[in-house]
Amino acid sequence: MYRYDEFDERFVRERVAQFRDQVARRLDGSITEDEFKPLRLKNGVYLQLHAYMLRIAIPYGTLSSKQLRQLALIGERYDRGYGHFTTRQNLQFNWPKLRDVPEILDLLADVEMHCIQTSGNCIRNVTADHFAGVAQDEIEDPRPTAELIRQWSSLHPEFDYLPRKFKIAVTGAEHDRAVIKAHDIGLRLRRHPDTHEVSYEVSVGGGLGRTPMIGKVVRDYLPKDDLLAFLEAIMRVYNLEGRRDNKYKARVKILVHEIGVEEFRRRVEEEFARLDGPSVNADPAEVARIAAYFKAPDYEALPAISRVLEATKAANPAFARWVEVNTIPHKAPGYAALTISLKPVGEAPGDATSDQMRLVADLAEQYSQAEIRVTHAQNLVLPYVRQRDLFAIWQRLGEAGLASANIGLITDIISCPGLDYCALATARSIPIAQAIQHRFADDNRQKAIGELNIKISGCINACGHHHVGHIGILGLEKRGIESYQITLGGDATENAAIGEILGPGLAAEDVPDAIERIVNVYLSERAEGESFIENVRRIGLAPFKAAFQEVAHAVA
Amino acid sequence: MAAAPKRVPLPAILLANDLLDGDVVFAVAGANGQLAWTRDPALALVASNDPAAESLEAFAAAEIAGNRVVDAYLVDVTMETGQPVPRHFRERFKTLGPSNRPDLGKQAGDGIDAGQRA
Repeated sequence: MYRYDEFDERFVRERVAQFRDQVARRLDGSITEDEFKPLRLKNGVYLQLHAYMLRIAIPYGTLSSKQLRQLALIGERYDRGYGHFTTRQNLQFNWPKLRDVPEILDLLADVEMHCIQTSGNCIRNVTADHFAGVAQDEIEDPRPTAELIRQWSSLHPEFDYLPRKFKIAVTGAEHDRAVIKAHDIGLRLRRHPDTHEVSYEVSVGGGLGRTPMIGKVVRDYLPKDDLLAFLEAIMRVYNLEGRRDNKYKARVKILVHEIGVEEFRRRVEEEFARLDGPSVNADPAEVARIAAYFKAPDYEALPAISRVLEATKAANPAFARWVEVNTIPHKAPGYAALTISLKPVGEAPGDATSDQMRLVADLAEQYSQAEIRVTHAQNLVLPYVRQRDLFAIWQRLGEAGLASANIGLITDIISCPGLDYCALATARSIPIAQAIQHRFADDNRQKAIGELNIKISGCINACGHHHVGHIGILGLEKRGIESYQITLGGDATENAAIGEILGPGLAAEDVPDAIERIVNVYLSERAEGESFIENVRRIGLAPFKAAFQEVAHAVA
Repeated sequence: MAAAPKRVPLPAILLANDLLDGDVVFAVAGANGQLAWTRDPALALVASNDPAAESLEAFAAAEIAGNRVVDAYLVDVTMETGQPVPRHFRERFKTLGPSNRPDLGKQAGDGIDAGQRA
């Protein structure tokens, strides 16, 4: 893991002192709310429906046990004993008091964490594949790139007041687990077919929200050394040309859409050619210094398949099922990357109590090099688990209600906080997720359905990624009641696609029925081995629309 | 000239967030006839006519200027069993707490002292 050097440490401490002073001046009346709001937002402090909310950056979703324990402590001491992991791989506390925020920031700084650039019109916390460094399909670990971008973008003077927020995601794998095509910039590490050098495919102009767009490739193979200069060229074109007159048209996706990707690419290349690359690009020694922090751990030499694991699986079908669903094959023989589901049926997706955080921190320390990852799907990962330790981990997770075997299945729902917490929301999300989870709680049924991603947002800002859900649910207000629009065919992976609306909005209580009808179409129409999304692509929307209309008509 | 913002239908209550701790607070008639804040929605002062609503608006402006609250606005309500209940579901959640966590927020009595409740 990356460790702060003296400059990082000083930078974060100075920022805490600065914000402490800003809070004091706000409280003594020296600055107004209008003056304070952009300052608090730059430090992750929002005002939500019931209270303030504090969003803590978890760079590229990587946490140490020590850091997770500190989050547990903050949750207990300054919040209500729980936190919410988000689709930006961050953690949000729902009930902090403004007067306590400087203390919380101090506690975060003690473990090399902060809330800088988790909000506001700046380059936000960079996200990455949660299986970075361990996935078998990985070409190169994306985290050194993400960390380099974090350092470059932190308080970058030229890009501190952009037309709108700006999100960057990085993956180093064939299979996109970082939703890079729905980001302002998506980077994919790939080998050049001729030179075999690792380079970046650069996509720009993806995004969800009220105008969902899939990112377009502006460079197929960018040499790694040129990364920062090329990013700077993109940011300059956007900063200059992005629309500041209308916040709904201010994201880079609108600029790319309006002038076309060819013209955008031409302007970026022109700016890139004009830039003094060597003065912008990172010193190779610094790049190497950063990369060294992400060196793979010293793996034990183990057989590819653990006999202990096989024996415990044979003796315990529930455990075998959990291993099958919640682990992925690992780069290192005899190891597994384990996803801990934060989606037990009936709980708010992504919520974890302080006790649960401590348990995961302990398990990571004992079994996974003291490292944890946060996924954009609001789950946690232990990336370096010996297969033979899985049974002990499963037992301890089970005692804490964290042994759900549902990763990637229909109850592994992404959900934003919605109107239960969020001041921007137009409808609730969490109770919809809970109702669907209850409907499909049966393990055998979930298994029979297979991979199916449901994603729920409580407003058009789409924090719940509904546009790229296989089934997306968007909560709106219609004539004074909550109404839910259902989309089908979205995809968050390398086959990125925006879902299409099936029909009129439904009342909350009708959503589980509609989902069930959609699932039943799949179950009756699917070919051997065909997943839900493959089936939707093959047979098209019409049969699903017809089934959906039956529910819509019945309740109209 | 821009038209004055339209006021919500009456009856209405005034709510806001406390600047220091973020809690949702409601304007209430204080002991000395002055307006004050309470954390208990049941005690919120209900404005049923224009002068009462104007008085709440003036209080909101003064309290924002005095850096005691943020995001103060009027909410239209109906009276249910003698207590004001917001008409819109958003504001109802704001006076209750997260619907998935009945153990949190005002519905659980958070921030509402026994004294204030009486």
